[in-house]
Amino acid sequence: MATGILNFRKKSFKHGVHPPEHKSETNGLPIRQFPFAPVIILPMAQHIGAPAEIVVHEGQEVSRGQMLAKAGGYVSVPIHAPVSGVVRKIANVPTISGKMSPGIYLEAFPYSTQVVEEGMPIDLETATPDEILKGIQDAGIVGLGGAAFPTHVKLKVPEGKHCDVLMINGIECEPYLTTDHRVMLEQGEDILTGIKYLMKCTGAERTIIGIEANKKDAAEHLASLIPEGDPVSVEVVPVKYPQGSEKMLITAILGREVPSGGLPIDVHVVVVNVATTAEIGRLLPHGRGIQERVVTITGPGVKKKGNYLIPIGTPLRFVLDEVGVDEKVSEVYMGGPMMGVAVSNLDISIVKGTSGIVVFTEKEVKRPEKVYPCIKCGACVEACPLSLNPSQLGILAKFEEYDTMAEEFNLLDCFECGSCSYVCPSHIPLVQYFRLSKSIVRKRRAAKQNGGNA
Amino acid sequence: MTILIALASLGSLTLVLAVMLIVANKKLYVYEDPRIDNVEDMLPHANCGACGYPGCRPFAEALVEGKVLPGKCTVSTEEGREKIAHYLGVSLGAEEKIVARLACAGGSNVAINRAEYKGIESCSAASLVSGGGKGCFWGCLGYGDCEISCDFDAITMNENDLPVVDVDKCTACGDCVEACPKDLFSLQPVSHRLWVACKNLEAGDEILEECQVACTACGRCAMDAPGNLIEMKNNLPVVNYREDHRTQVPIQRCPTGAIVWLDDKLGVVKGKDSKKIIRKGKRKTGYS
Repeated sequence: MATGILNFRKKSFKHGVHPPEHKSETNGLPIRQFPFAPVIILPMAQHIGAPAEIVVHEGQEVSRGQMLAKAGGYVSVPIHAPVSGVVRKIANVPTISGKMSPGIYLEAFPYSTQVVEEGMPIDLETATPDEILKGIQDAGIVGLGGAAFPTHVKLKVPEGKHCDVLMINGIECEPYLTTDHRVMLEQGEDILTGIKYLMKCTGAERTIIGIEANKKDAAEHLASLIPEGDPVSVEVVPVKYPQGSEKMLITAILGREVPSGGLPIDVHVVVVNVATTAEIGRLLPHGRGIQERVVTITGPGVKKKGNYLIPIGTPLRFVLDEVGVDEKVSEVYMGGPMMGVAVSNLDISIVKGTSGIVVFTEKEVKRPEKVYPCIKCGACVEACPLSLNPSQLGILAKFEEYDTMAEEFNLLDCFECGSCSYVCPSHIPLVQYFRLSKSIVRKRRAAKQNGGNA
Repeated sequence: MTILIALASLGSLTLVLAVMLIVANKKLYVYEDPRIDNVEDMLPHANCGACGYPGCRPFAEALVEGKVLPGKCTVSTEEGREKIAHYLGVSLGAEEKIVARLACAGGSNVAINRAEYKGIESCSAASLVSGGGKGCFWGCLGYGDCEISCDFDAITMNENDLPVVDVDKCTACGDCVEACPKDLFSLQPVSHRLWVACKNLEAGDEILEECQVACTACGRCAMDAPGNLIEMKNNLPVVNYREDHRTQVPIQRCPTGAIVWLDDKLGVVKGKDSKKIIRKGKRKTGYS
């Protein structure tokens, strides 16, 4: 039985919502390898920060795991070949953001053995923290929970600050998605190896793996793997959305509050997603680069639902063809239904940040016919996990008072979890308003800064 | 008696305060050129910022100081500008009229929507949901953020959901340039009649599936143009307006009509080889 510490908690963070989970469709299905698409399309801008810089040329033959593009700066990671093949074309490719990005069309060799190329291993015993950070960047690892922020930047503890707790995020509060659940059940050893690397490079004294109560089997499994005496514990928290957000998780488990505009390191915590941790534990001992990730493909419109290990760069159209979709498919989401993005183009590809694909048919997508005015019921205020005032922000957004929203109502703290839109009885698209307002505020601030420098 | 005391005390108080006011008025007087007020009255009070100053008042100050010439105000009428020039005794400084131009011709009759967007009816909101539903990544989304942003009613959305700029009303204030999330508007002198109405950066005919009037980067216009008038950059023709650009030769062989000639009387003139667009209604969403 469990040798590690396993705690069940009753308390969580304040506010939040309870959307239907829909996880039972896929959480019992083991991870399966997805076939290689004939042509893999790799955008260079698939992480936050500078796009990667292509180092191969058209017509070049590459082997699986070979680096195709190097990091375009400090906040950037390289991109590796997910398949052995030939670089067919270097051209602009569509991305989920709706913008074109430089990219690589990689044609797979159909009869290759697809052996992954080995690199320089990072030895856990001898490597210095900086070498581990470099290794994480070289492996092309970004936050696999969905944000796709380069992990090595997050792990770099700034001077004058220290990290006492390393938090491994296995919450997966987003409805429908079960990738982290399966990773915890099937890649437990990798997660523990990853934790060792992470503890060494952050200097954390202890590690907490945070898991929601709907994944008890995963929590028990991980706890049973932890050797006695290790400073690693598993904490199970009640199910609530959006607990998977860094700030909410820290509040739920440690009771510390990240200041407005601050980062977890301000309260001496570093949070890393559980799939990212597993990937670090799997890749670093071999010096390999990331070439595939686990993606949950689910939703009422999908015929063969499941958790698949999909090569990065697999075109979405190929994925949907393979799993089979209902004829009346009406909406495809990348990510979950709460925080994911509705896809407008099936020619985009699976990227490092794609945690799930959820397909809805016409039957499920019922749109409110009318948006009613705000009745100031306060449901959104009760739901907002950051205790913002979505009602007031929504009214301000309608009147385009974007600067007031940012300066007086902490608009920029909103991380677009969607809880307010979910509960609004007037069907006001609050999160869309905030997303728009945030982009305008950021644009204005950037313009101001450029003006000041000129 | 009480009445007399009240009158006397209030009267003396009034006197003291009045003296203070007089002293303050003399001591703290700031001289301001009276012409600034007069010039401001002659300006259109649009406070649009097209002149490069924050509003009409600062512009009037700059005019009186001789920093700028009245021609900078693009909103005022010809007579209005002349009146100011005459009043200040300066030259008119006539500048060529500048207007906002849209680098897209992909209305709903020629360009398809890949997906149906439902949400806040605004281009900038739609562009944040994986770029909006338009087939072309660069094209006009057609929800009319520019129309709303225009303070002079110079922009109207036509039956194909494309903004049309009224050249007479446009004051080149630049509000539409800022409002467009796809950066399709730019300010151009009216004499720039040779115009590339497309921003698609892809080469090849694949784009025609999305939009029938897109530039396919065939390069015919650049080949036909005299001298270095047109150069292909990033798969788009770029007109070098410093050269003599009063020629309709480059547009003639354009297969799609992406490069056009903007005529005062005839409106948009396409080359004789470009495919005619006869469809009136909207194209369907999705690929056939």
